[in-house]
Amino acid sequence: MLSNEDLIEMYEKMVLLRQAEEKLVEQSSKGKVWTLLAGVGQEAIPVGTVKALGPEDYWEISHRGTSDAAARDGVDLKRLFAEVHGRATGYSKGKGGNMHVEAFEAKVLPMLSIVGESIPVSAGVALAQKMKNTGGATICFFGDGASNQGVFHEGLNLATIWRLPVVYLVQNNQYAVSTPASYAVSVKNISERAKGYGIPGVTIDGNDVLAVYEAVSEALKRAKEGEGPTLIEAITYRWYGHHAGAGADEQMGWIYRPEEEVEEWKKKDPVANFEKKLMAQGILTEEKKTQIWDKVNKQVEEAVEFAESSPFPDPSEAFTDVYTDLVLP
Amino acid sequence: MSQKMFVQAINEALREELRRDPNVFMMGENLELGMFGAEAGLYEEFGFERIRYTPISEAGFTGLATGASLLGMRPVVEYGAASFMYVAADQMISVAGRLRYATGGDVCVPVTYLAMSMGGGGAGPQHSDNICSLFVHYPGFKVVYPSTPYDAKGLLKSAIRDDNPVVFAYDIRSAMVKGEVPDEEYLVPIGKGDIKREGKDVTVVAAGSTNTMALEAADELAKEGISVEVVDPRTIKPLDKELILSSLEKTGRLVVCLDDYRDSSFASDVAAIAADEGFKFLKAPVKRVARAQVPPPYTTVLEREVMPDKDKIARAIREVLQ
Repeated sequence: MLSNEDLIEMYEKMVLLRQAEEKLVEQSSKGKVWTLLAGVGQEAIPVGTVKALGPEDYWEISHRGTSDAAARDGVDLKRLFAEVHGRATGYSKGKGGNMHVEAFEAKVLPMLSIVGESIPVSAGVALAQKMKNTGGATICFFGDGASNQGVFHEGLNLATIWRLPVVYLVQNNQYAVSTPASYAVSVKNISERAKGYGIPGVTIDGNDVLAVYEAVSEALKRAKEGEGPTLIEAITYRWYGHHAGAGADEQMGWIYRPEEEVEEWKKKDPVANFEKKLMAQGILTEEKKTQIWDKVNKQVEEAVEFAESSPFPDPSEAFTDVYTDLVLP
Repeated sequence: MSQKMFVQAINEALREELRRDPNVFMMGENLELGMFGAEAGLYEEFGFERIRYTPISEAGFTGLATGASLLGMRPVVEYGAASFMYVAADQMISVAGRLRYATGGDVCVPVTYLAMSMGGGGAGPQHSDNICSLFVHYPGFKVVYPSTPYDAKGLLKSAIRDDNPVVFAYDIRSAMVKGEVPDEEYLVPIGKGDIKREGKDVTVVAAGSTNTMALEAADELAKEGISVEVVDPRTIKPLDKELILSSLEKTGRLVVCLDDYRDSSFASDVAAIAADEGFKFLKAPVKRVARAQVPPPYTTVLEREVMPDKDKIARAIREVLQ
């Protein structure tokens, strides 16, 4: 049962992800960070998930939602921003960037940016957890597009026959770049594909942070009890196009979703709706809200400042970290 | 010392490393059968936990190996035939080979890939490939490619203990090769080549089964008074360039042999290194003896046209001596 403090903390994290991601979009439009795949509008999924994770659990984030990692305790927003700005102080010294966000020390696995790749990799992390008897589980995020990759099948099948402690969460934001899931996915709900593996599949409102928390908690419990994977489909929407920034896709002539659809989904804003709910229940006050937004905005500004004032890596760094023990020209 | 076959040496290396380190485990299809001898008896000794036979899902279990390795496991992945690794190519090239770099050194991927080339065995167009040059080309891998049972055992043990992704390439034509293998524990270091036969007239750099062919060619040519030095790189990435260049300095002539397609291959790389760094030593053009650029045919009379063999190596040696 979540306490009021838990709910406030979840709200704050959603505000943090919203503001951090919007800031990165802004930085991207200024040319200060490279092409960004923004997750604005999808904040409820990482936040609900993180609340359900135990300290022993690993989390594989998807390639959309650069700031998602910041929802997890122990992840430093400054280093995350520095990475996206290509700086030496970033988590990966600027070598991975916004499509390989990671905070391995905080059990946030490296994002893989060719969709679907992470599905078997996260099953492998779960296999190691099982073989080492850590008691932990792994949750893997991916998009609707990834559910059409071949490794989706191989990963889910292997994870199921070996009863691995892994949870698969598809962030169905309804578009794979321009291709609608309604066209590209053979079933109405991606969760129906779970039947093919004999595992539970559930479709939830991905903009409802509490629904995410409940579904992920249950799936993690099942995974840790040796029952194997669950497929959770969280329906959501990305406010921006494939590329970050208002109109970024449209400027390239990529027009594939009706404006009314975007506006309709903005009304289902996961942050604003959770805020309304907490206000109505008297859990959140105007005063507390202002406090949170001020705190978050300061945190985001500090992260930008840290990133922009950090040095770029020394050019010699281009050759290191390929191997553990070799530097080849 | 006792005489062992190449596959027995692989089997011993696997068994010893599985016994030594509980983090070592294997994944691959039909592993419980020990199909070609390399895994014989391992399932009986270590059971399913450590010898995980898999569905036909090369990309899937290759990805699982990467994931497990992030948490300190040391998977050894068996593909049966190296040709099947194409199915896993994305998981190897785009994930395993660059995850360490993409994380700025935060993770390492200690996975060993067993890649047996079935070339020369009548396996036909789809089953005969040798993938070794691919993993020289793409960043992030070490590639060992032994020719003798001694090197196979010592290099496989080193590969399993290495903290990086290592492709253990070998040829089916080497599988039955016999040689001395010490009874006591030893390792062969990754990155160190070996002179398999000393000579003064020409340097032959040959990996895997072509090294055995080169030694046979050298025996034959010795009767004509031609002295061939046979260099076995043993590891083709990272390459022991110093050994190759110092041999070239001595002989001034170079033939490079490889049982993989010639174009954009490891053999072409060695020729390029000779042109680039050994130009002053060269007294004749460099020759490559490798597979022709055609899919390997099934029937023997055609297959032997396109594959390297002892006679083609001997011919190339004669050519560079003219």
